[in-house]
Amino acid sequence: MNKFAKGLLAGSMALALTACSSGGNAPASPAADESNAKIGIILVGDENEGYTYAHMVGIREAAKGLGIADEDILWKYTIGEDQSCYDAAVDLIENGATLVISNSYGHQSYMQQAAQEYPDVTFVADTGDTAAVSGLANFKNAFTAVYESRYVSGVVAGMKLAELSEQGLITEANMDADGNVKIGYVGAFPYAEVVSGYTAFYLGVKSVVSNVSMYVKYTNSWFDLTAEATVADELMSQGCIIIGQHADSTGAPSQLQKNMQDNKYGFTAYSVGYNVSMLDVAPDIALTSASNVWEKFYTYAFTCWKNGEEIMTDWTGGYNDGAVEITPLGTACAEGTQERVDAVIDAIKSGDLKVFDASTFTIGGVTPTSMLGDVDADFEPETECLIDGYFHESEFRSAPYFAARIDGIVELN
Amino acid sequence: MAEHTREPLIRVRKKDEPALLQKAAVILAAVLCALLVSALFIYFVTKLDPVSVYTSMVKGAFGTSRRAWITIRDTCLLLLISVSLAPAFRMRFWNCGAEGQILIGGLTTAAFMIYWGNKVPTAVLLILMAAVSALAGALWSYLPAAFKAKYDTNETLFTLMMNYVAIQFVEFFVDFWDKKRSHSVGVINMNSQGGWFPQVGGLQYGLNVLIVIIVTVFIYVYMKYSKHGYEGAVVGESVATAKYAGINVPKVIRRNVLLSGAIAGLAGFVEVAGISHTISKETAGGRGFTAIIVCWLAKFNPLAMVIISAFIVFLSKGASQISSDFGLNEYASNIITGIILFFILSAEFFNSYSISFGHARKEEPEA
Repeated sequence: MNKFAKGLLAGSMALALTACSSGGNAPASPAADESNAKIGIILVGDENEGYTYAHMVGIREAAKGLGIADEDILWKYTIGEDQSCYDAAVDLIENGATLVISNSYGHQSYMQQAAQEYPDVTFVADTGDTAAVSGLANFKNAFTAVYESRYVSGVVAGMKLAELSEQGLITEANMDADGNVKIGYVGAFPYAEVVSGYTAFYLGVKSVVSNVSMYVKYTNSWFDLTAEATVADELMSQGCIIIGQHADSTGAPSQLQKNMQDNKYGFTAYSVGYNVSMLDVAPDIALTSASNVWEKFYTYAFTCWKNGEEIMTDWTGGYNDGAVEITPLGTACAEGTQERVDAVIDAIKSGDLKVFDASTFTIGGVTPTSMLGDVDADFEPETECLIDGYFHESEFRSAPYFAARIDGIVELN
Repeated sequence: MAEHTREPLIRVRKKDEPALLQKAAVILAAVLCALLVSALFIYFVTKLDPVSVYTSMVKGAFGTSRRAWITIRDTCLLLLISVSLAPAFRMRFWNCGAEGQILIGGLTTAAFMIYWGNKVPTAVLLILMAAVSALAGALWSYLPAAFKAKYDTNETLFTLMMNYVAIQFVEFFVDFWDKKRSHSVGVINMNSQGGWFPQVGGLQYGLNVLIVIIVTVFIYVYMKYSKHGYEGAVVGESVATAKYAGINVPKVIRRNVLLSGAIAGLAGFVEVAGISHTISKETAGGRGFTAIIVCWLAKFNPLAMVIISAFIVFLSKGASQISSDFGLNEYASNIITGIILFFILSAEFFNSYSISFGHARKEEPEA
């Protein structure tokens, strides 16, 4: 045994040494031949995860629209937010990618590391926030103005609340001490991206029903079926009658559907999802989901790539670009919801309606007159974002920076 | 009705250790069978050409010199962790806590990189980090070992629980160091590369390979030729015998487990300073558990672990390449990996036991 194993060890070492002599560390120059250039995609999940699935659909549609062949797109699935992202990026480049796009926030610092080493390759970290301050010309960020569709999904929820109230289905258990109807929100992490999203959702609800308070609980994960289900159940047990989410699984709506079927709490709570329609898992209680139309971004990026044009440092797109939407309304939605939704979307498009209109919320009891945002990603808010009466979200950079905690929203953890 | 002389249809009997060549032949046959069965799965379920799928696996692990290096790098890390288990497993001390020991070692290294990364010369810092991380890993394993030695507590549960404590520690410090509230420390010292492994002999992962070779050879010699290693083996075979032979059993347990934890801590150091340059609860990434499989398949022999870790890393690189090339999701790749591992484990069974059918009165002669 020992001789045999030693022989193998020696053999494998020799192999290692041969591999060494053939190089192995010097960055190979990216595919020089433009006609052979490819696009590399780094995804945090695969088609089983809603957020990534939405990206995959967007990439395929964009490629189809632009006539980019299947073999020109290289895919890396289930890449963690760690060194494996850097490894994947470099591997894609060695296989000819001249544009590398990653889809999760945590990929960002590894993308930046690779961008430093490969100045001839363009890197886009979707949902990232450091491109503008990285000092790297080939490192970009992109993020949809999803707060717009979250606001609209909030309007859908508000319409439902109004209907429930009319039907007398809101009881003492669903109200707080001040007479506000309780709604809940399953958040991923307590930072600006999520805060901006739930605030927009809350303001959407509030635009229909004025007496409402929202309870937010974080799962500290972007995708965790069990944790999202648990948090949704907990929020419902506290009386929340509509539960929104900024987390990527179907955990919350599935749980609410089950609770309804079991009549667990004596009332029915409704779900507003994210990324994908939740009607498949919660046909009776899913109202709609706020979602991104990533195809718009990928079409833009792939067009730039095809034409050899530079991709902008911070790309963002909202209703006006067709880059956000809400998924088809569920049967549980209140009468007249579609009309109201259409009107709100029109108002957002025309600029008549600003999601973060400072006259619609208060902070510490007072209407804000100045709000600073951390646009340069140095952890310190420095840029005045409250101009002309509304907070200019995603205008100074693509990633959200609305991080103020407004009145009426309570964080539970 | 019942026959008094009724015999089981299949008899399974422990047999003597077969010759090396015969063993190798059985394993080779198992791998071939596995490839055949996987080919059927690939052909009938995924409707793909098995040969091109296998080619893609090989390309994923060795297709470019960089891929080969990443395969070597990951093999080295898994090997180091597997080797760390050997001194404990040899005593039948089931250290399921490598995961936590790696995390604590990695956390220590990350702390040094964050606070001293740009202040202390790299060579000094690396030696310091290696020493302190090993110490941290050793301390993490000492607690279960001390309790086992003194009170004979169950080390499997104790070491497992220590993993969760380590995860919470890491989570706490990630938030402590992360000013953006993004629950991630990102790449530590990205620009200055303070505390990162330097190139050795012009190789990016040269130092990783060097450290792992040294430790592997050391453990091999320790377990096979040293008195201390032999004492561990005796304790593993029978505590009573060990006591009769005058071996101080608690002392041997503590010593070997400390060694085990120290090497796992060192693996955390290699992972953080030499590979990922970050710390998160995913830093150990389940390798502490994969290493248990490696350790068992290798029968606690550090040199055999080289081959097994390489094979397991090859399978995982191959699996992710299949998903890239053919759009098969992780589950399909995992099924293929699962089939292969299943056959290898079966081969282990056939190497350790002989099987005979029917009413065999006499023992059949050994083949």
